Amino acid sequence: MSDITMPNVAAIERSRHGSSIGQPVTRREGHLKVTGQAGYAADYNPPGLLHAVMAVSGISRGRVTHLDVAAAEAHPGVVKVMTPANAPKLAKSPDDKDHGFMFRMNVLQNDSVRFANQPIAVVIAETLEAATEGVALLRPRYAEEPARIGLDGSAAFALQAVGAGAPAKGGIGDIEAGLAEAATRFEATYETPAQYHNPLEPHATVAEWDGDKLVLHTPSQGLTMAQGRIAGLFGIDPANILIKSPFLGGGFGAKGLFSGPQVLGIMAARFVGRPVKLVLRREQMFGPVGHRGETRQTLRLGADSTGGLTALEHNTLTTTSFYDDFFEPAGTTSRHLYASPAIATSHEGVRADIGTPIFMRAPGEAPGSAALECAIDELAVKAGMDPLDFRLRNYAEIEPITGKPFSSKALRQCYAQGAARFGWASRPRAPRQMRDDDGLLVGWGVGTATFPAMIFPSEARAVLRVDGSARVEIGAQDMGQGAWTSLAQIAADGLGVDYDKLDLEIGSSALPTGGIAGGSAGTATAGSAIHHAAADVIKKLAALATSDERSPLFGAGNSGVVPRDGRLVRQDDESRGESYASILARAGLAEIDGKGSAGPNPSMQESYAMHSHGAVFAEVKVDPDFGQIRVTRLVGAFAAGRIINPRMVRSQYYGGMIWGVGFALHEHAAADPRSGRLMNANLAEYHVPVNADVPLIEAILVEEHDPHVNVLGLKGVGEIGITGTVGAIANAVWHATGVRARAFPITLDTLLERPGDI
Amino acid sequence: MAKTLIELTINGEQAEALVESRTLLIHFLREQMNLTGAHIGCDTGHCGACTVEIDGMSVKSCMTFAVQAAGAQITTIEGIAGADGTLSAVQEGFRMMHGLQCGYCTPGMILRAHRLLLENPAPTESEIRYGIAGNLCRCTGYVNIVKAIQYAAAKINGTPFQEAAE
Ligand code: FES
Ligand code: FES
Repeated sequence: MSDITMPNVAAIERSRHGSSIGQPVTRREGHLKVTGQAGYAADYNPPGLLHAVMAVSGISRGRVTHLDVAAAEAHPGVVKVMTPANAPKLAKSPDDKDHGFMFRMNVLQNDSVRFANQPIAVVIAETLEAATEGVALLRPRYAEEPARIGLDGSAAFALQAVGAGAPAKGGIGDIEAGLAEAATRFEATYETPAQYHNPLEPHATVAEWDGDKLVLHTPSQGLTMAQGRIAGLFGIDPANILIKSPFLGGGFGAKGLFSGPQVLGIMAARFVGRPVKLVLRREQMFGPVGHRGETRQTLRLGADSTGGLTALEHNTLTTTSFYDDFFEPAGTTSRHLYASPAIATSHEGVRADIGTPIFMRAPGEAPGSAALECAIDELAVKAGMDPLDFRLRNYAEIEPITGKPFSSKALRQCYAQGAARFGWASRPRAPRQMRDDDGLLVGWGVGTATFPAMIFPSEARAVLRVDGSARVEIGAQDMGQGAWTSLAQIAADGLGVDYDKLDLEIGSSALPTGGIAGGSAGTATAGSAIHHAAADVIKKLAALATSDERSPLFGAGNSGVVPRDGRLVRQDDESRGESYASILARAGLAEIDGKGSAGPNPSMQESYAMHSHGAVFAEVKVDPDFGQIRVTRLVGAFAAGRIINPRMVRSQYYGGMIWGVGFALHEHAAADPRSGRLMNANLAEYHVPVNADVPLIEAILVEEHDPHVNVLGLKGVGEIGITGTVGAIANAVWHATGVRARAFPITLDTLLERPGDI
Repeated sequence: MAKTLIELTINGEQAEALVESRTLLIHFLREQMNLTGAHIGCDTGHCGACTVEIDGMSVKSCMTFAVQAAGAQITTIEGIAGADGTLSAVQEGFRMMHGLQCGYCTPGMILRAHRLLLENPAPTESEIRYGIAGNLCRCTGYVNIVKAIQYAAAKINGTPFQEAAE
C-alpha cells in the first residue's frame, strides 16, 4: 500500500474548518412540515386536474381476458379508461434495460399478468370517487395460470451478480479445510421473508403535458435517473422533462428506480390531454414498486480452540420475479465483517410470480447481517465464549477477502462504548438467567452493524453575491434524511458564509444532477459536489483579490487564502483579509459563481475498503406463558466518519434501529401459496413498529476520522442502524428463552411451537 | 352522483360545500378545500396521517364521510398555529425536538398530540406512547416524537423541560 498517494490530511482538515458542520441545527424545512405547508407530490392540484386510479390484478399469473370498460365509462364523471387496447404505445419497450438501475415495468403494453397487484387498467375521472368507482365496475376476468411462489416455487439457478452488480460468489481460502481443522463447528439455515418498504407517502404523480414538454410532480430518490427513464420511454428529450420532488414522504429504496405506476400517471395525462393525478392506494404499494426479496441463508462456520474463526461459509437463495433480475446480496456482509482464513459466499436465485424486488433499506446487509450475527452468536456459545469477546477475537483488521486496509474503522470503540453504556459486563453467560419484577424472562444480545460507504456522480453550482448572501443549487433529494439542512451546512462552510445567508435549492431535475439519495451515499454524493463548487467560487474570488494590488490579500497567492465568515483571509495570518463584498464590488461584479462535481474515486477504492461500522445491544422481555416478545432497550454505537449534523444523524440511527425491530419481530409479507396474492397488503396486517412497540433507544456517535473516504470524510448513516439490530434482538430472545429462532420475524408462535421451551 | 350541501366550520371559518355522500372527509379537505396538510398513508384507518379534529375529538378523516362532518367544528394542521402564525406548543415541540424526518406523518401526529395534551396535560412517557400508538411513523423511530410531546407538555404547563442528554 506504500505506492499510493496519501491525501494531504492537514489540507483536508483545514478545508473542513467551519462553524456550521458538526452543529446540531434543527431542520431548515421544519416550519413547513409542522404547519402542513411542505408540498408533497399529491398535494399539488393544478387547474383542470383529473384523477386516475389504477385497477390492479387479482391473480398473479396469466392474462386479462375481459374488462367491463363500458360499465366504467358509463359511470358519471369517468372520462376515460386506459387499457392495453387503447393505452399510448411507448417509444421503447418498458422491458428494455440500458443499465442495471432500471425497473422493467408493467404499463398496459399488453394483457399479460406477471404478479398480483400489477396494474391492468387506469380509470381517469373528474373526481377521485368517480375514478375509484370506475375501477370497481371493471370486473376483470382472467385466464389464470398456476402461481409459482416462494423459495421452493421453481428451480434455483446460479447467478453471476447480485444487488447493484456485486459478484455472486466471493471468498478466500479453503472452507472444507477450515471446517476440518475447527474445534467447534456450527451450521444452520436462516430465513427472511419478503418485506415491503412502505414509506408513509405512497407513490404519487401529478403529470402535466404541454406538447412534448412534461412537468411532473412525483417523489424520486434519483431525479436524473428518473428523467432519463421517462425520456427513453416517451421518446422525448430529457431537457423537456421537469420533475419536481422537493419533499418525499420517505423512500427507503422504493422511490429509487422510476416505477410502473409513475409511468402510468404520465401516460394517463397524455391519453386524456389534461393534467392527471395518480396516487397509489396502500395495497398497491405491495407489488409494482419493489420490495425486499425473501432469502434462505445457510451458514457453516468453524472456530479453533481459542475461538478464532477457521471457516465462514454463507450461501444465499433469494427470490426475484420471472421478468426481471434483482437479487438480494445477502452474503456480501460475510466478505467484510470478520477475519477468517477461509471465507466462501455464494448466491442462487429463484423466480416467482411476484413484482421484482429492489434495494430496500440496507439491501444485502440487513438480511445478511441478521443471519450472520445469529450464526456467529450461536458459534460463540458453542465455543463457550462471551458473544462480544468472540466478535472481538475475530475482529477484522483488514478487509478479509481483499486484504485492503479499511479507510477507517472504529468498530472496537463502538463495541466498547456500546457495551459500557448497556452494561454488558454483568450479563450472565447462560440463557434464562434473568427475570424482571413481573416475572418476565429478560435476555441481552449483541450484533455488529456494517454498511459500505459509497458515493455517486453528482454536480453542483454555487453563487456568492455582493450582498454577502450565497446560493447553492443541486438536484439532490430529501426523502426525510435532512438534506435540506445538512447540505446547507456543508455549503455554508465551503463558502465561508453564515448558514442563514445561504439559499439552498434541491429537489428539481432542472438543477445540476444531484446523484442518488440511496446507498447511504446521499450526503457524501451531494455534499462533495457542493464542497467542490464552493471551492471553485473561493478560488475565483481569491484570484481576483490576490492579483489586485488594492487588496490586502495582494500577493498572498491563490492557495494562501481561506474563506472565513464572509471574508477571505491569509492562511498564515487570519487577521489580514478582505470581505467578499469588497472584492466583488471592486471587480464590478454582482456575483461570482462556480461549479463542482464529485463521484467515486477509483484509486481510493483500489486502495481501501470503506465501510461504516457499529455495535448494537438489545434487551428483550418475553412472557414465559404466552411467548410475547418486547424489545425494551436498544443501545447502538456507530462510527461513520465525520458527522455533519448530530441531530439528524442520531435520528437516522433511531429510525434504522426501529427498522431492525420491525425486521426482527414484525415485518412479513405473507403470500397465499395457491394464488400468489399477498394476504396482508395493508398497514393493518403488514406490521411495522408503532410507538407502543418502541423501546428506550440510545444512539452513540463514536468519533472517527477518515481522511480517505471522500473529501468530507463522511461515510453515511441512513441504513446501518437496521444491521446489527436484527441479530442483537434475535440473540437476546435466545438469551431470554433458550430458543434459537431461525426464521424472521420472530413471533410468539415461533417460541410456542416448541412447548416446554418457554 | 347526488350532492348534499353541508355547512361546517373549518379552522374557525364557516364553509359551505356540495359533497357527494361517498366522499371521504380527507378527500374533501385535500381535493375540494385544498387543505393538503393532512395526508393519506393507508386509506384504512391505521396510519393516522389523515388525523384531524372534529368537535374536540381526534378523528382519522379517511374513516369519515364528509357529510358526517356537517355542522361540525373541524381543525386541521393549517389551523393549529396562532392567528399571527405563532406555532402552537406541540408544533414548536416537533420543530425544536426534531420530531420528524420526512414530515409525512407530522400533521397527523401533531393533531393527535394536541388532543392528547388537552385530555391529559401531564402524560407519562408510556401514556404518550400509547396515546399516539394509532399514528405510524416509518422514519423517526418515535424517539424524538415523544420528546416533542414532552417539550410541548412542559411548555403548556410552565414546567421546565430538559432535553435528555444526547
Ligand atoms: S390515511 Fe387515514 S389512517 Fe391512514
Ligand atoms: S417522519 Fe416520515 S413517516 Fe414520520
